[in-house]
Amino acid sequence: MDIVVDHITKKYGTQRAVDDVSFVVKTGEVLGFLGPNGAGKTTTMKAITCFLMPNEGDITVGGHSIHNDPEKIKRNIGYLPESNPLYREMPVIDYLKFIAELHGIEKNKIQARILDMVNTCGLEGEKHKKIGELSKGYQQRVGLAQALIHDPQVLVLDEPTSGLDPNQIVEIRELIREIGKEKTVILSSHILAEVEATCDRILIINKGKIVADGTSGELRKQSQGREILKISVEEGDKNEIFKALQDLPNSEIVDFISKSDHSFEVQSKPNTSSKKDVFNLCVKKGWILTELTPTETKLEDVFRELTKK
Amino acid sequence: MKQIWIISKRELNSFFDSLLAYIMIIAFLGFSGFFTWLFGRDVFLVKQASLQSFFGVAYWTLFFFIPALTMRLIAEEKNIGTLELLLTKPVSDWQLVSAKFLSTLLLILISLALTLPYYKTVASIGPIDHGAVWSGYLGLILMSAAYISIGLFASSLTTNQIVAFLLALLIGIFFHLLFGLIAMNFQGIFGNVLSYLSLNTHYESIIRGVIDTKDIIYFLSVIFIGLFASEAILAKRNTSDN
Repeated sequence: MDIVVDHITKKYGTQRAVDDVSFVVKTGEVLGFLGPNGAGKTTTMKAITCFLMPNEGDITVGGHSIHNDPEKIKRNIGYLPESNPLYREMPVIDYLKFIAELHGIEKNKIQARILDMVNTCGLEGEKHKKIGELSKGYQQRVGLAQALIHDPQVLVLDEPTSGLDPNQIVEIRELIREIGKEKTVILSSHILAEVEATCDRILIINKGKIVADGTSGELRKQSQGREILKISVEEGDKNEIFKALQDLPNSEIVDFISKSDHSFEVQSKPNTSSKKDVFNLCVKKGWILTELTPTETKLEDVFRELTKK
Repeated sequence: MKQIWIISKRELNSFFDSLLAYIMIIAFLGFSGFFTWLFGRDVFLVKQASLQSFFGVAYWTLFFFIPALTMRLIAEEKNIGTLELLLTKPVSDWQLVSAKFLSTLLLILISLALTLPYYKTVASIGPIDHGAVWSGYLGLILMSAAYISIGLFASSLTTNQIVAFLLALLIGIFFHLLFGLIAMNFQGIFGNVLSYLSLNTHYESIIRGVIDTKDIIYFLSVIFIGLFASEAILAKRNTSDN
């Protein structure tokens, strides 16, 4: 089921939490939603799950509009809200049964689905405990289990791995990738590495507007433009080398990487390369070049650059 | 309809799990039993096989107990965020509100059913007006439903349960007592309107054994206005700017 978000705007008072946002998520795609706190990620997710109606614009999920057929959309969505609200006084099994019934799963299949979820989410030892007695990580698993129990076509996960330990994070990521092969998944996260590892496509949102949309590779390229080289020279006068590097025709900014050894960072002018010049310079001066590495722009840098404004 | 039943079943279970239901039942039976059998204008003092004193006491005990039951219904869901969880399942605002109403009404029905032995006992001591007893129970059920609806509305307005409780009592006391008292001081239309609004007037006429459609319509209106208002408050998250 495709999700089509069409020019939605949601206002809280005078503040526009989401401002004219449009995007499409296709079946079999895992979309990562990135953005600083208060950027509008959660609000967008609440709109997709029919909890909040946007002031303007429309969202369709599998062709159904949130304004006309919210019930049909809700049936096909599995949603894990950000704060992972749960009925703390209910035992895990009873809770999952309650959610399964709400989703209209047939009576004779409910038991099997619950056991399936208990296995998938690693709740075997905890299934008879009350939810309030579980640790945060296990509660998060219960949250995931309730989102997955009806085998939804669309999965909306607001920070799914918060509170999980590293092993569980890897498991959950694998699970999401697995689900993402046939279904439509949107997940939000603060952890950039996670989004990079799990998502096919990344959407960066800032102050209610989409500022970037593409695969992690594309995003890098967009902001790359300039070549950054890491250079280390075995010995010689630091300041002399620094000056010589600065005088290269294509170099724009030269920086010391560390104070103790002879390593520098050279940023070239747009669309030029300084690799050859650096090499030739070292040969000419007789400096022993021990490192010449083009550094990749990190996704963190892309993120910071786009959301700083 | 199925969704309503699933949610009210869970709600009813949570009343019993949290002991609230047991406390409510014991306190209700205790109070009404004490005043029906042992104290004040009890059955033996009146020397009549009638449950009028019971209906008089239950009228007040339920008035105080119902807000205690309804205060958490929506306020708590809002507070811990489970409202979002429920409303993103295939459940409409209206179904949620009705389910909450139904669950509390069921608990009241259970409590009232447990007072049936009073009826049996009184009936065994002397001739009893069976019609008046049944219409008395009907009056209690209708009154409870009206206060549940008011309590639900109060609960939907806030995330704080104490606020919801006090607000329900505040709105309730107007229907319970004040409209009637004020009406006595006014003549003409204003007095009549207030006297019509007073829940007491309608309750009294029903427990006396007179079931008038006017009274039934009154109770049903209060119930539905309360439910619609609660739903409107829930739906407000979509339209308002906050």
